[in-house]
Amino acid sequence: MLEGFARFARNRMALFGATVLVCLLLLVLLTPVIYPDDPFKLAGPALQPPGGRFLLGTDTLGRDVAAEIAYGARTSLIIGVGATLAAIVFGAVAGGVAGYYRGRTETVLMRITEFFQTIPAFIFALLIVAILSPSVSSEIIAIAAVSWPSIARLVRGEFVSLGGREFVQACAGLGASDARVIFSHMLPNCASSIIAVGSLLIGTAILLEAGLAFLGLGDPNVMSWGLIISAGRAVLRSAWWICTFPGIAILLTVLGINLIGDGLNEALNPRLRER
Amino acid sequence: MSQTVLELEKLTIALPSGADRANAVSDIDLVLRAGKVTCLIGESGSGKSLVARSILGLLPRPHVRIGSGRILFEGQDLAVAPQDKMRAIRGAKIGMIFQEPMTALNPLHTVGRQLDEVLRIHTSLGRAARRARVLELIDSVHLPEPSRIIRSFPHQLSGGQRQRAMIAMALLLNPRLLIADEPTTALDVTTQAQILYLIRELQREHGTSVLFITHDFGVVADIADEVAVLQRGTLVERGAAGAVLGAPTHPYTKALIAAVPKLVPPAPRPANTQPFIVEARDVAKTYGTRGLFGGRVTLALAGVTMELRRGETLGLVGESGSGKSTLARAITRLLAIDGGEILLGGTDIAQLSRRQLRPVRKRVQMVFQDPYASLDPRQRIIDIIAEGPIIHGTLPGKAREEAQALLCLVGLDASAAKRFPHEFSGGQRQRIGIARALALHPDVLVADEPVSALDVSVQAQVLALLADIKARLHLSMLFVTHDLRVALQVCDRIAVMKQGEVVEVAPTAEIFFNPQHSYTKALFAAVPGGTWQDRKAS
Amino acid sequence: MRFARYMGYRLVTALPVILGIIVLNFLLIHLAPGDAASVLAGESGAATPEYMDELRHKFGLDQSLGMQFLTYVSNMAHFNLGYSYRNDADVSSLIIERLWPTSLLMLTAFGTAVALGIILGLVAATGRNSWRDNIISLISLVAYATPGFWLGLMMIVIFSIGLGWLPTSGFDTVGAGHEGWAEVWDVARHLVMPAVSLALFYLALYARLMRASVLEQTGMDYVTTARAKGQTERRIMTGHVLRNALLPIVTIAGVQAGNLIGGSIVVETVFGWPGIGTLAFNALQSRDLNLLLAIFFMSACLIVIINLIVDVIYVMLDPRMEI
Repeated sequence: MLEGFARFARNRMALFGATVLVCLLLLVLLTPVIYPDDPFKLAGPALQPPGGRFLLGTDTLGRDVAAEIAYGARTSLIIGVGATLAAIVFGAVAGGVAGYYRGRTETVLMRITEFFQTIPAFIFALLIVAILSPSVSSEIIAIAAVSWPSIARLVRGEFVSLGGREFVQACAGLGASDARVIFSHMLPNCASSIIAVGSLLIGTAILLEAGLAFLGLGDPNVMSWGLIISAGRAVLRSAWWICTFPGIAILLTVLGINLIGDGLNEALNPRLRER
Repeated sequence: MSQTVLELEKLTIALPSGADRANAVSDIDLVLRAGKVTCLIGESGSGKSLVARSILGLLPRPHVRIGSGRILFEGQDLAVAPQDKMRAIRGAKIGMIFQEPMTALNPLHTVGRQLDEVLRIHTSLGRAARRARVLELIDSVHLPEPSRIIRSFPHQLSGGQRQRAMIAMALLLNPRLLIADEPTTALDVTTQAQILYLIRELQREHGTSVLFITHDFGVVADIADEVAVLQRGTLVERGAAGAVLGAPTHPYTKALIAAVPKLVPPAPRPANTQPFIVEARDVAKTYGTRGLFGGRVTLALAGVTMELRRGETLGLVGESGSGKSTLARAITRLLAIDGGEILLGGTDIAQLSRRQLRPVRKRVQMVFQDPYASLDPRQRIIDIIAEGPIIHGTLPGKAREEAQALLCLVGLDASAAKRFPHEFSGGQRQRIGIARALALHPDVLVADEPVSALDVSVQAQVLALLADIKARLHLSMLFVTHDLRVALQVCDRIAVMKQGEVVEVAPTAEIFFNPQHSYTKALFAAVPGGTWQDRKAS
Repeated sequence: MRFARYMGYRLVTALPVILGIIVLNFLLIHLAPGDAASVLAGESGAATPEYMDELRHKFGLDQSLGMQFLTYVSNMAHFNLGYSYRNDADVSSLIIERLWPTSLLMLTAFGTAVALGIILGLVAATGRNSWRDNIISLISLVAYATPGFWLGLMMIVIFSIGLGWLPTSGFDTVGAGHEGWAEVWDVARHLVMPAVSLALFYLALYARLMRASVLEQTGMDYVTTARAKGQTERRIMTGHVLRNALLPIVTIAGVQAGNLIGGSIVVETVFGWPGIGTLAFNALQSRDLNLLLAIFFMSACLIVIINLIVDVIYVMLDPRMEI
């Protein structure tokens, strides 16, 4: 694994992604210092173009777009990481149980997983948020609910292949308990795949969140990038900047995360090396 | 002296920087003659396959390339020939077959289409003429119903049939040279014998020169006219097959030949009259899925009965799919069985729950086949060996102390303890696997093809270690192998398995001199190299 | 004959998926806080008491939970999806009416994404680490991180507002009364930007997958065999590698069909494309949950059909699939 990180560090694209993400984290940490005021508060005249007193201009209500974006970053990261973690935990349990116990349990669990992978994910997420009423937690639930199947399939696949590997059989042959086989041999050996796929999921989750917020399903009390774009849409003709900058923020963030994910994938999964 | 077909002159193949050595092979000189089979033999990592590939310009570029030297074929130097020249030679004047016929054939095209492709590339024959030629070749490699075979996809044929189809493909245009890269390694021993016979037959018929890459001296004895021995990239010995096999001059060749187990049974020992320690009674196991719309069911064990006496080594011998590994795993309870009993010291363990099974596990331990897959890559050696005792309640400190002692017992340095599996060679890993099994002080050791993934010289060392440990610790051993030479050397009794059944059991000497079942006879007859070591002895 | 049997088998295995959607819808209705009838009618309370009663009756909400479920299943099985008070129309006819624009958008986007993605992936893989590969990889990386709706908005800013080349929204020019090819041209002009916004993400995905798939296949033994036959590199690529490399793409394309429908909601909303996506957005705005659930049900059925088609394609491509 250490070797893996060394390989990661040699990957320039991945380092670029890591740089973007570090800048974003710094922004999130420093936001309360740079913009101590509530981003929903009016900061100046409405529809100021960027470059003047307001770096990225103001929106229809005279709020500072830059402050909105800074606060939106926190929302995106919280939801992206939160939903991904939830999806990983749930998916790993479902996939792990299926891949370890096989047989009928596996058939049932994998049919359910396939079902959730087949249904239109975005509409499902939309419905969940609409029914639970829009909030950060319901967004996390909705995104996790549509993201877990890919983790479940991954973990199941890894567990099935590891279960056939001789070192796992050897451990079972020593008389080890299921818990010992799973937690000290199987999980550590598929952790790198989960990390790599999980990091790519964060990017997808952030895109999903932006889409939900754009359709008005974001938490109305929390600033988010999708919300800014959705609000700026009405004045697209006269004030292009309100929609443009949050979109660039989304693009850069997701790009950075995907580059890190690709880098991890290449570094930690030897099968993919040499690509 | 027959005509020279191809000549390697001081051939050197360079490896990328960072490899374990600068050149895969250095300064190889080799002459291939018409109508002769030249075997290039070497252990894994000797560079023998790269030599084969370099001739056709099929090295995995850009990392591996020809460093210097010449490959002379029909007045051209293939080492520097341009791509279009090489393409005209490949498939037409030099044919090649590979180790794994399943992956060497395109899974999405019919066999006929893949053969036809060669004729389309190199000839201007019409459709009907091409088809006639393809059918003729399919027939000449003795595949049944050629017109059905050409419509089949690779997955619909058996391993031996696929290799026959590959041979047909390589010989379609009557090439002057056939390169065979371990063509029988992936096949069962009886199929191997047939394929070797086929290559010999076709080669004699057409006067083709054959470069045959192998790691198996038995195969060399069966097929070679001339032999070249490769040791880590250097050609250490070459000459006529009889001379090299009968009176090797280079110490490496001598050591290699000495390491090949002889096809003779051990001196008869007094019959073992100890009680049974393991008995399998009518053990049945089927694999497969039963779905709503029916499924495929494979019968792996069809009611097998066998006994292992205390202190005895029983060999389970058979080809792939015979059920020998399934039986080994059933006896260690790594696999649940569908019917029958497995008695360990007289008590049935087949139906025990996981909890009840735990104390039993200590008594039966397994050594696995693949030294690269049988150790957890993320565990240190000491922890791998100590894990069993810790599971069974030994204090970790004490378990590690004992593990340290075991390292010494299996012939590894004490410094190995703190290292990880990937730092060890295949043979060393197999020693670690043996130490892990011994840590629980078992009564029975089940060894599932413990040496079949190892080079012959390493194989001999591991077999010696197993024999030594077995004697010292008074173990009983169930030894699963596909290799009759190994079985003869190691086992007291041998059970021959075929299609999920034991067809014959007898003491080793008896089964060798007087096999009863026709399948046993066929197996012994198919062992490559047959009696060349005897001939040498006499 | 065997093929027909296989189709029958696949249809039967598809039924549980449909049933699953119905169960899920049923659960979602009851998961929502408050009276199920008010959930179905919409939270805004705009429904008349008569309508609420009708809903209760229709969905059997005055009966036991088990009966309610059976009634619900039976309604769904008859495509009896209820009435949208907000739109003053039958839900099924609302959806069917919008099916054509959505299908047109999705097929265009999907076709473009798959075809171009495959070509770009192939070009990238054959010139691995060349400038072509680097440019294609860079573009697909960026496209893979771009939200479709934002891309749509930016295209409106540039191509409609800035350059005035393309119309900002709608399916065709209202009141222009185009006919024949003029109508086709008009619709096509309206279709370009929504299709591109929807397709770009998937194009990037397929390009990446195709590149990886081709590279994996070129390392296979059968490619070495083809070289050993004397085949040219170009023919090896077209005759051997391509079809093998397409197999995983076909599988993924089937899985992604569902996400494409989701993506069309945001894209249709941006461009006012009169399809199911816009209908869903309006339902969301007016909290017309019943309509939203019906859209979910219908699109899931659509995906099941798409997956059937994908399966058939796969079986035709891969002789190893025993049917």
